[in-house]
Amino acid sequence: MSKVLLNKEDIGRIITRMAHEVIEKNKGVSSLCLIGIQRGGVHLAGRLAARLEEIGGQNIPVGALDIALYRDDIAVRKEQPVVRRTEVPFEINNEKVVLVDDVLFTGRSIRAAMDAVMDFGRPSAIQLAVLVDRGHRELPIKADFVGKNVPTSIDETVKVEFEEDGLEDRVVLEWV
Amino acid sequence: MGLKSKDLIGIKALDAADIEQILDTAAGFKDVLGRDIKKVPALRGKTTVNLFYEPSTRTRTSFELAAKRLSTDVINFSVSTSSVVKGESLRDTALTIQALGADFIIVRHSCSGVAHFLANNLDASVVNAGDGTNEHPTQALLDLFTIREKKGVIRGLEVAIVGDILHSRVAKSNIYALKKMGAGVRLVGPPTLVPDVLKDLDVEIYSDMDRGLKDVDIVMMLRIQVERQGKGFFPTTVEYFRNWGLTPERLSMAKKSALVMHPGPMNRGVEISSDVADGMRSVILDQVTNGLAVRMAVLYLLAGVKG
Repeated sequence: MSKVLLNKEDIGRIITRMAHEVIEKNKGVSSLCLIGIQRGGVHLAGRLAARLEEIGGQNIPVGALDIALYRDDIAVRKEQPVVRRTEVPFEINNEKVVLVDDVLFTGRSIRAAMDAVMDFGRPSAIQLAVLVDRGHRELPIKADFVGKNVPTSIDETVKVEFEEDGLEDRVVLEWV
Repeated sequence: MGLKSKDLIGIKALDAADIEQILDTAAGFKDVLGRDIKKVPALRGKTTVNLFYEPSTRTRTSFELAAKRLSTDVINFSVSTSSVVKGESLRDTALTIQALGADFIIVRHSCSGVAHFLANNLDASVVNAGDGTNEHPTQALLDLFTIREKKGVIRGLEVAIVGDILHSRVAKSNIYALKKMGAGVRLVGPPTLVPDVLKDLDVEIYSDMDRGLKDVDIVMMLRIQVERQGKGFFPTTVEYFRNWGLTPERLSMAKKSALVMHPGPMNRGVEISSDVADGMRSVILDQVTNGLAVRMAVLYLLAGVKG
């Protein structure tokens, strides 16, 4: 069973709103950079940056972060997570880093991502932007910018699909 | 996905998908090596033991660094200072190391089959760092990674492996790996070191260097083990160089875009001239850097195979 939570238009509007929120909170876009978490977060970071550049009139550095090597479940998983590329081709020291992910769930990915970011330097702040917050946190982590809050039960799945992967933009809730 | 065995004994037991997965994973680790902080916490709390029964600087150092950059603890067991000189058997040494809590045992030995033997007797993951004249799988993997990085593909390339194929575990692992990935392989060298029976490996054999190198994409040189001089394989190193040494003139037989590789350590003036070794087409130092990324990938993937 499944239900479409957000379609292409919804996602477009949400990204526009989140861009405004990011600018409001940071009083502009100077010394701001975006880092998307592989894989969905990377697509979102690209779109959010494009919006921010339109509104703020300034280039925003965008990076991609793979957190496989920082996960806390490597020893207990059946299989090693696939190691994807990490590209942070800019200085993050004293910059404001906005981490971008598609779904915020247990918070463990974000913990791993923060550790990974810290290995690149010492940002002046790390903020978190997510398209969907589905609850069930296992760590004390909270997003600064949320596209949509979706109350879910633990055995449901939130799937985010992107045009960049050859699919239609949408967020789907699936359950058995 | 994931590798099927807890050990990496040889390329022979891998399939193309395994090789592809190791190379893809290594690409992620190569990124890590370019950072200021070159260490990731992936294998924190694990222990790696380097068990080297043969002298080695680069392979041991490479494994040691790879293991450290994954945050494992590393112990180097060098045979000359261990109880092996007191007569301890290989199996007892290995069991002792395992009892100390080793998760990875990297082994090099002058006898073929040692890595396989240890893998069967230990729960720890065993990685073959060279066993006799059998295999040296991580060298072949780093060679393939380097080829793929520079050429974009492996399938369809023509690779000449030149030198002492008979005694070379590097050559054997590379032949298996290149064939599995769809490259053509030629073996070039004196008939004493490149015997005709190797044809069974589905390769072409050339004793004439110029013909062997004609239009190849990759020239992979092997180290001539100088200690073999005087045992009837070739008369003198001078004569060897004259016939099979890689000089700029010889290299001009290969494609203009051809790469020159060597697993090291090099004997300049025996199998390769300095002009070529330090030349534009040489990727010899890239091989060393890539070796780190590939060995990190191997340890990382093996850690995911639950016994």
